[in-house]
Amino acid sequence: MHELGITRNIIAIVSEQANAGKVIRVTLEIGKLSAIMPDAIRFCFDIVARDTIVDGATLEIREIPGLGRCRECRKEMRLEQLFARCECGSNKIDCIAGEELKIKEIEVN
Amino acid sequence: MCTTCGCSDNTKATVTNLATGETVAVDEHHQHDHAHHHTHRHDGHHHHHDDAQSHDHSHHHEHGTTINLEQEILAKNNLIAERNRGWFEGRNILALNLVSSPGAGKTTLLERTIHDLHGKLAVSVIEGDQETINDAQRIKATGCKVVQINTGTGCHLEADMLARGLKQLQPPVDSVVMIENVGNLVCPALFDLGEKSKVVILSVTEGEDKPIKYPHMFRASDVMIINKIDLLPYVEFNIDQCIEHARSVNPDIKIFQLSATKGDGLDNWYNWLTNTVKINGESVAAL
Ligand SMILES: Nc1nc2c(ncn2[C@@H]2O[C@H](COP(=O)(O)OP(=O)(O)OP(=O)(O)O)[C@@H](O)[C@H]2O)c(=O)[nH]1
Ligand SMILES: [Mg+2]
Ligand SMILES: [Zn+2]
Repeated sequence: MHELGITRNIIAIVSEQANAGKVIRVTLEIGKLSAIMPDAIRFCFDIVARDTIVDGATLEIREIPGLGRCRECRKEMRLEQLFARCECGSNKIDCIAGEELKIKEIEVN
Repeated sequence: MCTTCGCSDNTKATVTNLATGETVAVDEHHQHDHAHHHTHRHDGHHHHHDDAQSHDHSHHHEHGTTINLEQEILAKNNLIAERNRGWFEGRNILALNLVSSPGAGKTTLLERTIHDLHGKLAVSVIEGDQETINDAQRIKATGCKVVQINTGTGCHLEADMLARGLKQLQPPVDSVVMIENVGNLVCPALFDLGEKSKVVILSVTEGEDKPIKYPHMFRASDVMIINKIDLLPYVEFNIDQCIEHARSVNPDIKIFQLSATKGDGLDNWYNWLTNTVKINGESVAAL
């Protein structure tokens, strides 16, 4: 539901960084636990990009899986959501990957 | 979908100073680097180019330059938030960002806190709502400084709105600034304002599974307040289960149980507040 605003941020940053070149690809890294839905970003992207130098660019989204580490036994595990229980019984899990919200790179000509 | 949520579209946000009654736009020269278009075409036509162009396009595709950005999408907001944080630190101001679903009791808790700590702790308030200055008027009635930010269609406060609000508010040194965010458990979790802590308020009428339904908010918060405990006899709400859920999302979260209207449990909240604010190195509780 906040993806329109996020997409506006993306287009603004890319436009700034592209130095007036034509942007042909935008690659994002979005963590699976980041509360951002890639499909919603894709939906907004073309609309927000229209009539900017990002218009027509390919959007590539790399989804980063969630990774947690148990505070008790230090074991690492895949996280499907922000809470989990470790095999050792502990539910004190720190999220160490999967919350990314980043523009990785752009391709310009 | 997104049309109900104008996140990050600050163009319509306003700040109202309740002391002067003056209303100004948050950012009158706010510009996105792109044109706004309100005609949405979903037919994909905008991908079509004439032949020359599409040839051009694919040609360049092979030879485009890749720029490695590694740029946080919310960097701009985070930068302003850090500036706000420094502003607070320099003035020894404790800033708390109060978040909850609509109606959990944020304004009621503020009214009560301001009243009960009067003379002990200087509190001023930034009110965030989509529309109306009702909450700010409730706070003004307590006699404390208050500024209302209306976000229009925006469903959360952003750091630049707070920065504008603070200029109007002019809170004193050695004080507390309470920021009542827009009632919403999703978007405010993503937008740092420069506060010391987020305080998430959950009322017992909302169900004990809120912390795992909205885990981002409960993870982003240092403090959880379970409000309206006076209603526990009338609703099915398992407090232990709620606390367990909150801790599974955020093992370090500090928890208070209270009734903002009846007053039960408020002492613990006040103790935490007065112990957190230090004046000349000494906590206000000890003064
Ligand atoms: N029974 C009971 N009612 C409460 C308590 N705290 C608040 N309320 C009631 O809950 C309703 C909403 O309270 P508000 O303080 O306006 O809630 P809010 O979170 O500021 O609401 P928004 O700003 O609209 O999101 C009011 O009718 C309050 O009287 C409480 O501890 N117990
Ligand atoms: Mg309110
Ligand atoms: Zn473990």
